[in-house]
Amino acid sequence: MENIGALAIMLAFCLAIYSVVASLAGAWKKKPFLIASGERAVVAVWALIMLATGILLYALVTSDFRYAYVAAHSNRDMPWYYKLSSWWGGQEGSLLLWNFVLIWYGFVVVLQNKKRHRAMMPYVVATLMATQVFFLTLNVFPASPFEMLAQGRNIIEVQDGNGLNPLLQYWTMLIHPPILYLGYVGFVVPFAFALGSLITRQPGDQWIFTTRRWAIVTWIFQSTGVLLGAGWAYAVLGWGGYWGWDPVENVSFLPWLTSTAFLHSVMMQEKKGMMKVWNMVLVAGTFFLCIFGTFMTRSGIVASVHAFASSNIGNYFLVFLTLGVALTIYLILGRLDYLKSESELESVVSRESSFLFNNLILLASCFAILWGTLFPVISEAVTGEKVSVDAPWFNRVNIPIGLFLLFLTGVGPLLAWRRASAEGLRRNFQWPFIGMLVLMAGLFAWGIHHVYALMTFGLCLFVTMTIAQEFYKGAAAIGTKESMNLVRGMVELTHRNTRRYGGYLVHMGIVIMFIGFAGAAFNKDSTVEAEQGKAFQLGRYDLKVTSVNSGKTDNYVWQNAVVEVRVGGELITTRQPERRIYSQSQQPVGAVSIYRQWNEDLYINFAALSSEAQKPIIQTYIFPLVSWIWVGYWVLLFGSLVCLVPSKVKLSYARTEVVGIAGKHEKVAK
Amino acid sequence: MNGKIKFGMVITFVVAALVLVAYSGTGESASYFKTIPEVEKMTDTEKSRKLRVGGLVEAGSIKRSGSRVDFVLVDGEKKMKISYSENEPLPDTFKDGSQALIDGRMGDGVFHATKIAAKCASKYEAKPGQNYKGNGSVYVKQS
Repeated sequence: MENIGALAIMLAFCLAIYSVVASLAGAWKKKPFLIASGERAVVAVWALIMLATGILLYALVTSDFRYAYVAAHSNRDMPWYYKLSSWWGGQEGSLLLWNFVLIWYGFVVVLQNKKRHRAMMPYVVATLMATQVFFLTLNVFPASPFEMLAQGRNIIEVQDGNGLNPLLQYWTMLIHPPILYLGYVGFVVPFAFALGSLITRQPGDQWIFTTRRWAIVTWIFQSTGVLLGAGWAYAVLGWGGYWGWDPVENVSFLPWLTSTAFLHSVMMQEKKGMMKVWNMVLVAGTFFLCIFGTFMTRSGIVASVHAFASSNIGNYFLVFLTLGVALTIYLILGRLDYLKSESELESVVSRESSFLFNNLILLASCFAILWGTLFPVISEAVTGEKVSVDAPWFNRVNIPIGLFLLFLTGVGPLLAWRRASAEGLRRNFQWPFIGMLVLMAGLFAWGIHHVYALMTFGLCLFVTMTIAQEFYKGAAAIGTKESMNLVRGMVELTHRNTRRYGGYLVHMGIVIMFIGFAGAAFNKDSTVEAEQGKAFQLGRYDLKVTSVNSGKTDNYVWQNAVVEVRVGGELITTRQPERRIYSQSQQPVGAVSIYRQWNEDLYINFAALSSEAQKPIIQTYIFPLVSWIWVGYWVLLFGSLVCLVPSKVKLSYARTEVVGIAGKHEKVAK
Repeated sequence: MNGKIKFGMVITFVVAALVLVAYSGTGESASYFKTIPEVEKMTDTEKSRKLRVGGLVEAGSIKRSGSRVDFVLVDGEKKMKISYSENEPLPDTFKDGSQALIDGRMGDGVFHATKIAAKCASKYEAKPGQNYKGNGSVYVKQS
């Protein structure tokens, strides 16, 4: 069986190469049969990778420890779902997951475009498959998942495997890696279409329309993946935080920033024919940052708390990145005339410029994070001394950026195209602005003096009011015309222009998340060596350890502390933070207990028993508003799904309408 | 004034402000990667900087009392006493024998840690040349 798996991967590798060559040759020589065979090769590669994956999964579930991979990442007593998720528990398997996701995308693209985009398709297929060739190279040569352990002759048969890293034995880890991959690998599709349109010099912006939906879908996966990672760090990793500016987190965030920038600036191209070169750069940049992210997590170039393999595959990535970036730059430079902008910026206070600033700010953040992450590498190259910057540095740079972005979220969508009038500004922003000032003054009087937190809360209200105003105005207008009530009017309004109002909902989700982030300014913590039966205090909570227990399951031994939590003398909850030692790996893992409430989380960690007195050391934290982050995510998800629903009224984005008569563009802008 | 120049000015202003914030923060948050032998040879002024040292946690050296954790970090022959009393939880991977990266400052012969990152030498994937010495049937791939 293992031989079939290895053979399937190898055949897939050869066929992927064939697909690239056939597609390119077919396009060059104008031979439709070659192009068609290139596309069919994609289907064949798909089938082969499915086969290879199936074989590996079968080996994982049946605990076939002859496979080196299975022995290293799985063990007998794990539940079946963790056995399956061992698929991405190690390097070979997670590269196979890359291939798996990538070929699914390729497969879908080929099926979807049997009739459409015929001129572009050979190049799209070639791009997709060239990426596939690269990842298959890794799976065929340096990181084969089908390596077997030599057995017989003095070598003992492996009785049980090492087991999956216990930190990964948590439900979010079942879905976090595949979802993140769906997001990152997915950006290969917009990239492939961008390249295809560049090479064939497609007239118009066909590729933009095709890839917009893809970009939104992959963006949803990226957002979900990043947030799941944060949720995992919060609940499992037990740093007591959801974000630590660790290199691995940072590189997963970078492509999100550029793809967010792309989703905004693409509107400029659709509606005004501007920023064409820029959009190409963003699509390509996002794609290469995704590859870069994989490179960083896989090569161990920067020390990270997520201890991944420090392996030898880094050089492969560097070669692929260099070739890819060089080719893209060459193509863009060679086709600058075709990417010429159709209109010009007119005023600093206009919708166009707000898009420009949005992009500038997102990219600045992206660059700053990249700089900070690579600082050890850069400083070593320049001064010979390896220097790293810590989390406070990242916060220092990114908090002002975040606030400015929040401000733009409120202002941007309401500014008129071309040039905003003073009257329009007053009409749109008067009340939100007053609301913001009143809230900030009120919070200040209430005792909140943290400047950034005050600004965040103020801006959040500002943005919320501008969005509410938009919904209200639109819904009221529809309501009078079609005699509907306000709620139905809002649904109707959203349905008529799903992208716009879905976009507002996404903004609302971001606002709610920012409220959650601002809560971090008021975190409280304490660490005590707890006397049994004696209460200690944090904030308004009185905590008391009543007992320490221990026990054993198939997979681990555990020890927990039972903590009673009282507020004002009244028992509100009993928590049981736990420590586990997994039997197969002897790895200790803390299972924190989180009492989630809408206004704050009470987070209790049982750190250890003290060395001398053998008393439980309990770390307690109050994290205000953290739940808002997760709520914000659901709103964001809902909003982005709304964006995917086709609009009921087909809005025409004919450019003349926007650029044309003043009266008309007023209507669009409101 | 021409629109383009105005834009240029606004953009330059924003970028310059960010660069200033980033640059001014670098000094205070920079930590220097040093090995234990290097730290021992340092002058007092050099020692007052933020440092990041790496090594293995000496088996049996971890002592916890109250909010404080003391242990010994080993790098070959050289050892260093570390004291940690921050409220942030230590990573689960921090235990006897694990590889640790420690940020902090020297003071009175003890290294006061502000942040500890650790990975288990024996877990995840073994580095070339390392092997897992657990019970006999356990295998770690040596890639």
